[in-house]
Amino acid sequence: MRYIACLLTLLLLAVPWAQAQNELEIVIDTGVENILPIAVIPFGWNGAAGEQPIDLHRTIANNLSRSGRFATMSDNEMPQRPVEFAHVNFSDWQLVRMENIVIGNLKHTEAGDYEIEFRLLDVYKANQLTGFRIKAKRRQLRRIAHRISDIIFEKLTGVRGAFDTRIAYVTVKQDEAGRDRHSLQIADADGFNPQVLLESDQALMSPAWSPDGKRLAYVSFEGDSSSVFVQNIRTGRREEVAAHEGINSAPAFSPDGGRLAMTLSKDGNPEIYVLHLAGNSLQRITRNRAIDTEPNWSPDGSRLVFTSDRGGTPQIYEVGLQGGAPRRLTFDGSYFARPRHSPDGAGITMVYGSNGAYRIAYLDTGSGSLSVLTNNRLDESPSFSPNGSMIIYATNGRYGSELAAVSADGKVRQRLALQDGEVREPAWGPFPAD
Amino acid sequence: MIKKFLLLFFLGLFVTACTTTPEQGEGPDVVDKTGSADMADDGAGDAEAGSEAQAFGAEGDQATALQELENPESLLSVRIIYFDYDSSTVLSQFEEIIQAHAGFLQANPGVVTSLEGHADERGSREYNLALGERRALAVKQQLVVLGASPEQVRTVSYGEERPADPGHDEQAWSLNRRVEFVY
Repeated sequence: MRYIACLLTLLLLAVPWAQAQNELEIVIDTGVENILPIAVIPFGWNGAAGEQPIDLHRTIANNLSRSGRFATMSDNEMPQRPVEFAHVNFSDWQLVRMENIVIGNLKHTEAGDYEIEFRLLDVYKANQLTGFRIKAKRRQLRRIAHRISDIIFEKLTGVRGAFDTRIAYVTVKQDEAGRDRHSLQIADADGFNPQVLLESDQALMSPAWSPDGKRLAYVSFEGDSSSVFVQNIRTGRREEVAAHEGINSAPAFSPDGGRLAMTLSKDGNPEIYVLHLAGNSLQRITRNRAIDTEPNWSPDGSRLVFTSDRGGTPQIYEVGLQGGAPRRLTFDGSYFARPRHSPDGAGITMVYGSNGAYRIAYLDTGSGSLSVLTNNRLDESPSFSPNGSMIIYATNGRYGSELAAVSADGKVRQRLALQDGEVREPAWGPFPAD
Repeated sequence: MIKKFLLLFFLGLFVTACTTTPEQGEGPDVVDKTGSADMADDGAGDAEAGSEAQAFGAEGDQATALQELENPESLLSVRIIYFDYDSSTVLSQFEEIIQAHAGFLQANPGVVTSLEGHADERGSREYNLALGERRALAVKQQLVVLGASPEQVRTVSYGEERPADPGHDEQAWSLNRRVEFVY
């Protein structure tokens, strides 16, 4: 019950913005072996046919499929479509070798709200693994579908689900006059519910989430050169935090949210600095005549990884916050850039360039082994989901840059395409606050 | 509770609508001032009595300078320097052009140029932003060595954000790895 109260509070705090015009479309490219079969049965609905405000079972099934951990049964293969626990014929489901099924009900209440009930059932034990009933407003229904997906994912895989999270990204579209319009947006992790946070006729770059998910740092060229802003997502209020001579870019919030690592070239060439947001004081981290950029914090906040070409080509280095000589982490290749730690701190994802192709790779920092996760020519901007199971990135598609995601083991890839215009630089946001 | 929430929501929407659209970025003022042909007269008329002669003289210089810049026969009409992949080394075929601009800046100490550095789309955007700056700085360094004053040369990098050619092949990339002179 405490959980539901928390959930309701959270839902009330989720303020919707003006809906952006185009939603992301999800295309699943690749299948895998060793995945859990699950049937998400169409939910019951007490209103008129075809008037459900949301297709709950479809949203949940899509989430589970996209994770690469589940094979969802299509509706027309289902031996029955029960809504109540009492109507489930477990032997029918055992015959089709379905281990788990999800049933549920969506009701329109007399007060005009909705009541959602869901149960996750173990077919072979013929019992309920988990379930809940909750009341919600119409605009909260999609979020509830994501929370249900999270509960199923965690119950069956042991890993916390990351469906109820958001992504930030930059879109570029041309207006009627043929000029580029840049827009900073956030959307649900499945690409739905896009909201515009900023529009500009100049380039926007490098969105980065604060650890509490309440602020975004980004680079804007609105002053005709790069400067770093921090914007409150809920209020839209924003502040320019770095506008020095030269480059002001690559912001990254520290895990405690109080500092912003960034690249500044005010002292002659690009160096890594840490801006202490409360006192507005700058701490210089690197001192080198080469390019040092794209800092990213280790999950414990003690170190930064960054891109540097001090060795002749761009490679990944690591440095402690207290200084000391940076340590080179990548060797086997001519181009490594834009490192991002995995949430468990065990590895780093980055752009890996080799033989003219730029792909997303993962470096296990313990063993030093490198895995190439994607197979296109112009992949960039990888960002881990907060549970570490997926990496979202930008790839070159039919209409220019579009978003894609790959499972951390490289086995499942999918594309998230806008109807028109380019989508760039995805940044996966943190878990919602408990 | 609900009313309060709705109020907060609309306030939030209002604030968002009011604050999230940036003002149109204005072009670099250097371009506007030198680009105005009738500025000499206007400038002289508006100038304070004490600085009138000086102001008129400076504008006169700029008008002459402008004519020189606009001469299509002059090397000064070449305003773009191209680079090799992941390199900020100024290639020898562009040295003559840089020399012409350096000489022009030296002869016209009141003129300021902005060097805009760019990169092709390959690799990471932030690294490319740094690469664009390094290209602009490499050209600036040569201009200064050849006689321009450092104060006359500004640099700005746009990384891969403003491609000259939107294509995704070597042809496009070779046109995008560049430094542009903007007077």
